[in-house]
Amino acid sequence: MPATTVEQFLYHEARLLDTQRLEEWLALFTEDATYWVPLEQGQKDPAAGSSIIYDDRTLLELRVKQARHPRAHARLPLARTVHQVSNLSFREEGGEIEVHSTLVLVEYRAEKQRVWGALVEHRLRRAGEGYRIARKRVDLANSEAELDGIAILF
Amino acid sequence: MAAGEQLAMLVQPDRVHRSVYADPAIFELEMERLFGRAWLILGHDSQVKAPGDYFTTRMGREPVIVTRDEKQEIHVLINRCAHRGTMVCAEGRGNTERFICPYHGWSYDRTGALRAIPFGDGYAKSTLSDLRLKAAPRVANYRGFIFASLAPEGESLEAFLGAAKASLDDFVDRAPGGELEVAGGVFKHAYNGNWKLMLENHLDGAHPAWVHASSVAVARNAPEPGKPGEERYFDIAVRQMRQNGAPESVWENTGIWATPRGHGYMGDYHDDSRLVAGLGNPAFDEYRKALIRSKGEKEADRILRVTLWNTVLYPNCSFMSQFRQLRIVHPLAVDRSVVYTYSFRMPQAPDRLFRDTIAFSNVVNGTASWVLTDDLEVYERIQKGFTSGALEWAQIGRGFGRDVEEPGAVRGATGTSEVYIRAQMRAWLDYMTL
Repeated sequence: MPATTVEQFLYHEARLLDTQRLEEWLALFTEDATYWVPLEQGQKDPAAGSSIIYDDRTLLELRVKQARHPRAHARLPLARTVHQVSNLSFREEGGEIEVHSTLVLVEYRAEKQRVWGALVEHRLRRAGEGYRIARKRVDLANSEAELDGIAILF
Repeated sequence: MAAGEQLAMLVQPDRVHRSVYADPAIFELEMERLFGRAWLILGHDSQVKAPGDYFTTRMGREPVIVTRDEKQEIHVLINRCAHRGTMVCAEGRGNTERFICPYHGWSYDRTGALRAIPFGDGYAKSTLSDLRLKAAPRVANYRGFIFASLAPEGESLEAFLGAAKASLDDFVDRAPGGELEVAGGVFKHAYNGNWKLMLENHLDGAHPAWVHASSVAVARNAPEPGKPGEERYFDIAVRQMRQNGAPESVWENTGIWATPRGHGYMGDYHDDSRLVAGLGNPAFDEYRKALIRSKGEKEADRILRVTLWNTVLYPNCSFMSQFRQLRIVHPLAVDRSVVYTYSFRMPQAPDRLFRDTIAFSNVVNGTASWVLTDDLEVYERIQKGFTSGALEWAQIGRGFGRDVEEPGAVRGATGTSEVYIRAQMRAWLDYMTL
């Protein structure tokens, strides 16, 4: 189902993650996409410092494949997630759409539940009736905190 | 539980009692006798470059501030006001002349001396004369790495490090001009498990094929890494994850050594010289030239041929000299630990080498990495397993009876020998029953 508005596209993306349709989620990304969860607040350059996640398309695909592996211990079972996407604003620039949103995410696995909050930036390209993600950046409110292992996608 | 004989019963040559990992009373004793006595690594000179620079960390459960004073001396101060117990310094790092308590304004200088007390007239002079930020009684430095001990007396840092000094030498020698600096952010990953589980994992050549099976499998099917000079961003990830799937014979032939203080180190198991920018890579050639300028060709070649992978400095550190990653484990409770992971830059080397360090950090040591997340899952399952009283013992006997004595260290009969855990547990018992 092509998402016809930016809002619907982001809700669709969240739904794919929350229903664990990870391969369909991956297909939303362009071949030159980057997916970035910085470690430090206001981090500017992913090459100059560590990141919680900094993936090109190849690495993002490896994450999805790992999630399906029968001995992916930290991902068996996959955590259940609920992505709450809101506060959207967007503007078009050079044929791409820059979208800002907020994310509240509930994660549950193995008797552990935690809540994440993040400022999210998408860079979307039009593709037919819908969009594809050329860049996604997720700034977690607690990225610099002491965190238990993270085996979900934001 | 406390008497030495009782503790000694828990650590046998080839097995360990589960309570060593799961009993809160033993944990309390560890904080006093082990973390209260041993040399603990706290960080690196580059984190306190200039007078007034400071950073906060922990020694065991003690919150401490590491400072540099006007005379360039480094101090380790307990982060607790002498007055009402407040932490005087918010956690983090910065530069300051005074640490001013937010509660009543008592202020301390960079050495911890009490310099000002509002309403001080209310106290007898004799009361105030002894008050200060308590300092760790012993602070020492080995080639830029800052260590401290909470015990006023004990062996020197060099004696404590013993043969493991070679690994810190390797870390520093690989940097042109011997210059290193902490850079690029700190991963802080936590797990519901005992602090010892991390140190027992880092020299374990038998675990990657099982714990890391999923990341090995996906990396094997990933695109082939690029030629020297044409590497892509994902290459390091793919190479390192594949290397965890090295055949049994490679692991068995990797050297593993342990020292009397529980330190240990392993030889390199990588058969791929281009895991980082390596031979044939333009950036590596430039780096090698910088090293030659700094040390001469013969010494540079010797340094680059040193093959050490993980080194454990017992009881709170593990590092990878080739990748310039250093991890410090902080025990929080018997079943809760947090690990700080630092990356180091070599200011006199091409920037590309630091980018490799960062890529490696993200892939292997990152809180969300393919590799580390599976280790953390296993630590937590071990901790849960150890709550079971149905089975009392854990085995550490692989290679037992076949260890090889070498100068200053003992070598495991094969690369997957549990010699390093036996050494850690012997050191543990020494500290606990001293």
